[in-house]
Amino acid sequence: MTSVVIVDDHSLFRAGVRAELDGLVEVIGDAATVEEAVECIVRLEPDVVLLDVHMPGGGGLEVLRQVAEKRPAQRFLALSVSDAPEDVIAIIRAGARGYVTKTISGQELADAVNRIADGDAVFSPRLAGFVLDAFASVAGPVEVADPELEQLTAREREVLRHIARGYLYKEIAARLNISTKTVEAHVSAVLRKLQLSSRHELSRWAVQRRLVD
Amino acid sequence: MSEAVELRRDPSHGYLGGVCAGFASRAGIDPILIRIGFIVAVAIGGVGIPLYALGWVLIPAEGPEKPAVQRLLTRSDTWLVAAGMGCLVAAGLLLLRAWDVWFVSDQILWPFVIAATGGALIWRQSQSAPERVAERAKLPRHTVNRAAAGAALVVGGALIFLYVNDALAPARDVVLPVLVMLVALTIILAPWWIRMVRGLADERAARIRSQERAEVAAHLHDSVLQTLALVQKRADDPREVAALARRQERELRAWLNNTRPLGEATLAGALEAAAAEVEADHHVPIDVVTVGDGPLDEPGAALVAAAREALVNASKFAGPEPISLYAEMADGRAEVFVRDRGPGFDVSAVPQDRRGVRDSIVGRMERHGGRATVHSTPGQGTEVELVMEP
Repeated sequence: MTSVVIVDDHSLFRAGVRAELDGLVEVIGDAATVEEAVECIVRLEPDVVLLDVHMPGGGGLEVLRQVAEKRPAQRFLALSVSDAPEDVIAIIRAGARGYVTKTISGQELADAVNRIADGDAVFSPRLAGFVLDAFASVAGPVEVADPELEQLTAREREVLRHIARGYLYKEIAARLNISTKTVEAHVSAVLRKLQLSSRHELSRWAVQRRLVD
Repeated sequence: MSEAVELRRDPSHGYLGGVCAGFASRAGIDPILIRIGFIVAVAIGGVGIPLYALGWVLIPAEGPEKPAVQRLLTRSDTWLVAAGMGCLVAAGLLLLRAWDVWFVSDQILWPFVIAATGGALIWRQSQSAPERVAERAKLPRHTVNRAAAGAALVVGGALIFLYVNDALAPARDVVLPVLVMLVALTIILAPWWIRMVRGLADERAARIRSQERAEVAAHLHDSVLQTLALVQKRADDPREVAALARRQERELRAWLNNTRPLGEATLAGALEAAAAEVEADHHVPIDVVTVGDGPLDEPGAALVAAAREALVNASKFAGPEPISLYAEMADGRAEVFVRDRGPGFDVSAVPQDRRGVRDSIVGRMERHGGRATVHSTPGQGTEVELVMEP
């Protein structure tokens, strides 16, 4: 079973997620602060970390940054009540492989965790919308180092649009006549572009976020 | 003026131009000492006033403000008029002296020039058009500076005139004790006065804080507490409770993110508002995702109405699973998808007399130059696709 560490400063929420995930994945630890989280993740080496975005002491971004130095291969799924675009984009650009909101059901959350553990990306409809928005707006006069990173392919757009419309990966695969693996590959490619692209909308969001924190 | 503290006027801490405060911060002592020095210098022969005026004009102020001389050269209004007035008076008096008019001597000329300049400054200041005065009221520091500079010039001119004509000698016997008493009183009262000024500032900050707090409290009271009370009353109806919680969440988010309020006249805003209404009426959660935005023109309004109808249908027939509303808007083109996870139906088998979908969705879209397509397969839910092209 996939091993999971939950990082959230609300103990009620940690207990709730633990109960919901019981029997679906193996929760091996939890943490309430940035320091606790870093220590706990490095010690327990879970497959996936469920990471709250907003926490005292730098929040999820700080956990991502510190763990990246000690355990660069660690996989994170961001789990938050916030759905402000800058929060979402910043946490993804910092290295999280997915983003879901806290209203997600236990079964869906377990599916997302397993998908992350397999090395895929998890996009909620809202995140898909943000990404389409960010890549749709006209690029400014930026030096484009790698044109391939700055745009989504037609197929990737199509997959994202379906996610935003509320389709599951396997439904998208059926509708587009491709395999679920291919859908996952497209989403992972979008994740890579999201993390590496120098598009100024994305950078701006990230920069704003750092200024605020 | 090395890399230590540069000599700068400090108007924010000063009473007139901040010259004393500037000297004080340069020397690292209490400005009150410098001020006493200046007042004493004024009392003994009046040298303090021209010195102060000189400092005011020549020493640049703290921060980006230019020294007064530069402002005078770059500004076209009050200062220029004052300088011009001074030049005119100087020219006129010099002319009179050249003609050997008896009363014009150096003892009269320069005090008059200074006083005339200051007078012009004050007059110009007070004769501005009312709207300009109102405008200036927003920058009181500036106005006070000019009026005070004018007054200083006039008084300075008068004092110099009296001094050089030896008219001050008897007055000094009266003025000096008064000034000394004033200085003494200032030293005694200054701490209280400073404390009072600070107290006022603190009180103002506290008032602003408490106003903000009251605003937040009022909002929470109107919304969150109200909803929590409703949730407790309806605790036996999970669907109602969930709907209440979602509506409150939506509203609180809009308030926190300070984005456009629900229902503002953009396409995305109208779609979100429609979704919120349908959700409140039918208690089926609706997840709204929008990309881009567009104006809420006539076709846009038709699109929103059609989307709303599709949401209502989905809420009625598709059961409790959340409905997805996805809208993509760019370059005048708008696409809306309303998808549910209900039982679905065979589109071709719907009888022609079912007017709901045909009139309110397909018909409405077509009348405004758009199109609507219903995709549905039994067992796989329904998706209504609405497209409005420019």
